[in-house]
Amino acid sequence: MSDKQNPTQTPDTGHVWDGNLRELTNQPPKWWMNTLYLSGIFVVIYFILYPSIPLLNGWTKGILGWTQMKRLNETMAEIEEIRAPYENKLKGMSAAAILADEELSNYVVASAKVLFGDRCAPCHGTGGAGNPGFPVLADDDWLYGGSIDSIQQSISNGRKGMMPGFGAMLSEQQLDDLSKHVVAMSKGEEYAPGKELFVSQGCIGCHGMDGKGIQMMGSANLTDAIWRFAPGGEESVKYTIRYGVNSGAEGARNAVMPSFKDKLTETEIKKLAVYVYKLGGGQ
Amino acid sequence: MTHVSDSPTQVDLKNLEDLYHEAEYWHVNTGGKTIHAKRMPGFFRRIKWMTMSVWLVFFLGPYLRWNGQQAILFDIPARQFHIFDITILPQDVWLLALVLLFFALLLAAVTSVAGRVYCGYFCFQTVWTDIFVWLEEKLEGPPSKRVKLDNAPWNLHKFRVKFIKHSIWLAIGLLTGISFTLWFGDAFEMWKAFLTLQAPLIAWGAVGVFVFFTYLFAGFMREQVCFWLCPYARIQGVMYDRETILPTYDFRRGEPRGKLKKGSRAEGGKQGDCIDCKQCVAVCPTGIDIRTGQQEGCITCALCIDACDAVMDKIHRPRGLIRYASLDEIEGKPTIPIYKRPRVLVYLVIMLAAIGGIIYGLSNLGSLELKALHERQPLFVVQSDGSIQNKYVLKVLNKTDADMPVKLSVSGHQALRLAKGDTKFIARQGRVTAHTVFLRIPADQLHGERIPIVFRIESARDPKVFVEYQSMFFGPTR
Repeated sequence: MSDKQNPTQTPDTGHVWDGNLRELTNQPPKWWMNTLYLSGIFVVIYFILYPSIPLLNGWTKGILGWTQMKRLNETMAEIEEIRAPYENKLKGMSAAAILADEELSNYVVASAKVLFGDRCAPCHGTGGAGNPGFPVLADDDWLYGGSIDSIQQSISNGRKGMMPGFGAMLSEQQLDDLSKHVVAMSKGEEYAPGKELFVSQGCIGCHGMDGKGIQMMGSANLTDAIWRFAPGGEESVKYTIRYGVNSGAEGARNAVMPSFKDKLTETEIKKLAVYVYKLGGGQ
Repeated sequence: MTHVSDSPTQVDLKNLEDLYHEAEYWHVNTGGKTIHAKRMPGFFRRIKWMTMSVWLVFFLGPYLRWNGQQAILFDIPARQFHIFDITILPQDVWLLALVLLFFALLLAAVTSVAGRVYCGYFCFQTVWTDIFVWLEEKLEGPPSKRVKLDNAPWNLHKFRVKFIKHSIWLAIGLLTGISFTLWFGDAFEMWKAFLTLQAPLIAWGAVGVFVFFTYLFAGFMREQVCFWLCPYARIQGVMYDRETILPTYDFRRGEPRGKLKKGSRAEGGKQGDCIDCKQCVAVCPTGIDIRTGQQEGCITCALCIDACDAVMDKIHRPRGLIRYASLDEIEGKPTIPIYKRPRVLVYLVIMLAAIGGIIYGLSNLGSLELKALHERQPLFVVQSDGSIQNKYVLKVLNKTDADMPVKLSVSGHQALRLAKGDTKFIARQGRVTAHTVFLRIPADQLHGERIPIVFRIESARDPKVFVEYQSMFFGPTR
């Protein structure tokens, strides 16, 4: 091989094609090779420290003992650590006191959202929007009172009101009249034949002389614009009067709020009470 | 080896000759040999010192005070950038995008006009390398001595010189690293923390990274970084066109080159002005020969121009055998003025747009920002008196440097009233304050499913400081 054809004297593989094309063996840059060797060393160290090689019955564990579950538990512990000072404070406080403390109530609203979603939203809807047959929690109409203590009571012990069915006692005409009166009351008016029945049939015993309901008993306020059972209006009211609520009769309205005393901790119930209070209707 | 070689007449031997001839000049610099560039005084050397001094801002900037605070502070934990009187929060980060756009286009425009100005005069790799080499020359002497010292066997003298050099290099790396961290915390507090070894781990980590890479890049890898690591070097290389002025060897004047002797061009001979003294190669920090034309290794630092001009002065020939010139100029073609080059003009227009955006942004930063999130679940709630209630969470961002008492008002409907939530509250400094309010409209006054309303938050102290946000009030379908 003449110098003319290999001016830089680069070493080659000894293969020559077409009589004059040679395959050169230029070295890559030194730093590049060093980086390659370092990468190799890194891989070996990594394999020793961390889980890496899958085996038939498991995998190599690595001497650091790192696992994803451990990492998850560590980060969970970090979160708990941030929450701990708040949670500890909550334990010794009444729901009313939590409500009065701006910082704590903000914490509760943020952290009880998941709890509400799991425990309450299935019936009462996200954000307390209500569902047919299940009361709206974001309005200002409360069967058992909207104070923070009453809300806590409702969650803790549950609620179950009762209204007997009047289908057997009243004629079809009487049912119509009574329904008309109830609907009229919600508009601030009255329907005389129905009003007479309202008094004589003992409705006033639970719903009160003025029809505003009695929170001690959980009887509905019939004079406001909110209907306990959707969709409201004459037909719906007539159905309720005929079959009652939780009366045991076939077709009766079913309205039970379960007790969460045994399902949730005291602190969780307090948190939920504050959360519900803050949905917009707390009084 | 194969049967093709049986018919060698098919191979164009002339072209092959050219190919091998080219290969003679084709040298790949992979850092096998340290480049010891000669340092010569000159016009561009002075320019280089001046442009390099821009980096003093990097070292001195953090000590600048403004209204009793650090003038420029990138407070990452608090997510706030303080630049003199301006506080930039994450919400204004689009400004940063415009700043980056501006500098990217500035790089493109300058490169299109005058080549790799950034590489040659401003880049930290160039600047730190130059300082390191300058120190090396102070300690070890000119290139010939340095080569000799490198090849000499180890003795006390060599060890002492090398030890001092590497110590100073590392010290510069340390200062660089610490100066970097000072931008992210109070400079004096940070120094205190460093000196008492109380600095946070992340600061030590940053310093460590800087020491390592400053030492490695400026001390050892040098031009290898520009050749093999830096993407900008390659990007800028493709931004040239025929009109870009670059340090160029005027081959029409210089060739044929040859040693200065009788019968040269000066005496009516055929020889060109280039006397093949190789000074342009000797001073080149990346070790290239500019006379072979533009190439990837050229960072356009123009030090070869200084070297060549000095030689031309000595042999009484006009300066400028190597000079800033465009390809068209060197080839004797007509050149186009800058203002007629569409590429430059497009770059300038985009830069102006970016600056316009930045100025608009800075003059409209405001002190307050407001967003009203309407509750979707439920969209509205019917109250016992039949009125409709909507829930909103107001997010008030206070960009001033103190807590601000604010007043809330709502407009958009004559019967609209605030049912719950305070009209007066405190907007916390430098962060978003969430404030929940409930609005109500009586059922008989509500016409239409959606009513546009406007929230207004104003400072309780200065009603001129206010912010408004348009939202919607939702009611039932009728």
